[in-house]
Amino acid sequence: MTIQTPVGRRGFLATAVAGGFSLGFSFPWTSAEAAEVQELNAWVVIHPDDKVVIRIARSEMGQGTLTGLAQLVAEELGCDWSKVTTEYPTPGENVRRHRVWKNFSTGGSRGIRESNQYVREGGAIAREMLIAAAAAEWKVPAAECKAADSKVTHSSGKSATYGQLAAAAAKLEPPKEVTLKDPKDWKIAGKPLKRLDTLPKLTGQMVYGIDVRLPGMLIAAVHACPVHGGKLKSFDGAKVEKMPGVKKVLSIDSNAVVVVADTYWNARTALEKLPVQWDIGKAGEIQQDQITAMLKEGLDASEAFVGNKAGDAKAAIDGAARKVEAVYAFPWQSHANMEPMNATALYTPDKCEVWCGTQNGEAALAAAAEAAELPVGKCDVYKQMLGTGFGRRGRADYVRQAVLVAKQMPGTPVKLIWSREEDMTHDTYHPTTMCKLTGGLDKDGKLVGLHVRISGQSILAGLAPQNLQKGMDPATFQGFAAGGAEAAYGYNVPNLLIDHAMRNPHLTPGFWRGVNTNQNAVYMECFMDELAEAAGQDPLAFRLKMLKPKYAAVLEATAEKAGYGKPLPAGHFHGIAQIMGYGSYVAGVAEVSVSSDGVLKIHKITAGTDPGHIVNPAQVERQIAGSFVYGLSAALYGEITLKDGAVEQTNFDSYNVMRMDEMPRVEATLVPSGGFWGGVGEPTIAVAAPAVLNAIHKATGKRVRILPLMNNDLKKGA
Amino acid sequence: MAVLNVNGKSLQANADPRTPLLWVLRDTLGLTGTKYGCGIAQCGACTVHIDGVATRSCQVPLSAVASGKKIVTIEGLAQDGKLNRIQQAWLDNDVPQCGYCQSGMIMAATALLAAKPNPTDADIDAAMTNICRCGTYQQVREAIHAAAKA
Repeated sequence: MTIQTPVGRRGFLATAVAGGFSLGFSFPWTSAEAAEVQELNAWVVIHPDDKVVIRIARSEMGQGTLTGLAQLVAEELGCDWSKVTTEYPTPGENVRRHRVWKNFSTGGSRGIRESNQYVREGGAIAREMLIAAAAAEWKVPAAECKAADSKVTHSSGKSATYGQLAAAAAKLEPPKEVTLKDPKDWKIAGKPLKRLDTLPKLTGQMVYGIDVRLPGMLIAAVHACPVHGGKLKSFDGAKVEKMPGVKKVLSIDSNAVVVVADTYWNARTALEKLPVQWDIGKAGEIQQDQITAMLKEGLDASEAFVGNKAGDAKAAIDGAARKVEAVYAFPWQSHANMEPMNATALYTPDKCEVWCGTQNGEAALAAAAEAAELPVGKCDVYKQMLGTGFGRRGRADYVRQAVLVAKQMPGTPVKLIWSREEDMTHDTYHPTTMCKLTGGLDKDGKLVGLHVRISGQSILAGLAPQNLQKGMDPATFQGFAAGGAEAAYGYNVPNLLIDHAMRNPHLTPGFWRGVNTNQNAVYMECFMDELAEAAGQDPLAFRLKMLKPKYAAVLEATAEKAGYGKPLPAGHFHGIAQIMGYGSYVAGVAEVSVSSDGVLKIHKITAGTDPGHIVNPAQVERQIAGSFVYGLSAALYGEITLKDGAVEQTNFDSYNVMRMDEMPRVEATLVPSGGFWGGVGEPTIAVAAPAVLNAIHKATGKRVRILPLMNNDLKKGA
Repeated sequence: MAVLNVNGKSLQANADPRTPLLWVLRDTLGLTGTKYGCGIAQCGACTVHIDGVATRSCQVPLSAVASGKKIVTIEGLAQDGKLNRIQQAWLDNDVPQCGYCQSGMIMAATALLAAKPNPTDADIDAAMTNICRCGTYQQVREAIHAAAKA
């Protein structure tokens, strides 16, 4: 992949070599016309040599959406998969073309599930235009022609390649309606094809944002106030201006200092020596125990937003034969993206261009235009490969910073790179919450009432308060919703109350792969095991009595695949969990052992998902395996804490993540039931922690209710 | 002006002798396949070979390698357009997700197989301490075993 440059409406990549006319008969249109690269519609471009360029609006960050979306278009187009390449249109081009590519935002596991309909239609429309062009040329009814393997063939035996037909097809009016293929007839979609973007990742040729190089480019290192919300008081640039390679020392947004130099190392070295004074204010007095106290207070507060309610939970619990209560706590967590935040900007008074990895090209474009104080039409963003996204790169704060620096150096491209330390201390963190769960069991061990009180941080309140609904953050109830196709609660409980006492500390929250399903699954699924134990029932059987059909089906299939209930090696124990998130129904079974001195070993994970349709089973399996590395890293080690208002963890030595030696074998079981489209990048993360915690209880008798696990002693007797 | 032996070529690097090799490779020589992840030898994204040993280049100052030590980066593994067997196994097993850590993973795995042609899972655990946030560890392990058999 090369550095992306602007894409023209027609004939972009016009330098592509013409040719590839493998068939012997001639066509009436001129060779010059046929040699042109043809855009059949926004999604499909065909070259004379039959190469197909599929335009992808969503961002690839490892999740495989680029390959999956290309499979869907290619399936409908009926092209030869080996001829497929992909290209990103720019966000600026999307604006100029009245959002023909619709939404660029890549988060919430939405890439395929939200755009599958219109990208498949794009492929199908192009296919019908190719057929119509062939039928017109052959003077036969289109119904007698078929399209497959990048060729249109007629029942008489006539045949032409897409490359030969593209120029004539591009002149036709697109059909108003097309019929999409039945997924059971898929030949390209639904298959475990290899990713399209692997080779350059093996040779060092893939260009991530941090790798962008432009002629005359300088590199900037940035340091923002260590306490979120704090301001810059003063800095003494003269002290470092003469250091090697330094070109400029400046401030941006009244809250960050920047050194621009010839290399990153020179910029960073000077930045570390730069005298800076911050105006931190009251937030600088905040300590972690105050956050804990703030959240604890909310557990019993009288006011709370109601997210899900049925019957009268409090009366049912009061009247129950047995009452069970537990309090759980979930810390802040850092995205710890593999590639630290960065962006490259080139500003002149009448143009601003940005090169970066982003999960939301349009948000990056808007941020660039705002920072540059230029109309959107004079700006553009060229998307590069992301060294992970995880929700962090949906925010364009780093784009804004790069543009603000470039604006102070018109005509000079500037690449702004966050150090790992800057990245970890200026993240948007997985929100911190606590949860008190109170359940009432009748004399037969049936759950008759359940109150779930969440206390803590709202992501929307921190990032997008305009999206709150009468003050309530509906996303807090992810996995607990009363209904809907996104993240509905799966248990039939006659008397239910799930509410949220919003408590917002000053640390910026953010969308963090899996988002609120992660802690909500811990709360609900660990407490389900506590209730099952109180009821004297097996955790699986206890759940299946209450679970709605699709939830139950995935949990049962996963338990069966794991051999749940069958004998395990000595000292090994199973724990289970399930949830619905991102439109998919998922479950996990963890097999663990804990030694007498408290060493946890996660031997195996069995994970099931019903995402409705599966576009690439091999990539879904990889997303599932990877999601457990992400979810278990958080469960084992993920914890961001505050001291004097600032984040204490700065790098992987103080914020550990799972390595290969701790990675359990993950076996995926895919049980797509059809009829809906669910996401796969996130949902299984949520079951990682609760499945392991439930297995740990079986192994040790200990209930771990405060994450991360590293703060808990699993030693016998401890 | 230091002279470095990188991927079999003699290259001039005009940088302060204290500059970490990582940034000399990336900013001075334009070899951006070697990645910055942490700067403190925790993540392994910057792994290169120095005289055949997998080394975290963020901890090696330019002055330590300017004496003719043989440096190989991810860009130097393929020979005459042919991937090495680890790269090939990575391709065959569709290992990378985002791919950012994979340069370091491939450099570490190449050095592992050079030292231990048939590594056990325990050997792999010990040698492959690189961080992958996408979570490709399972595919990395399978690909190393596949490369060993190739």
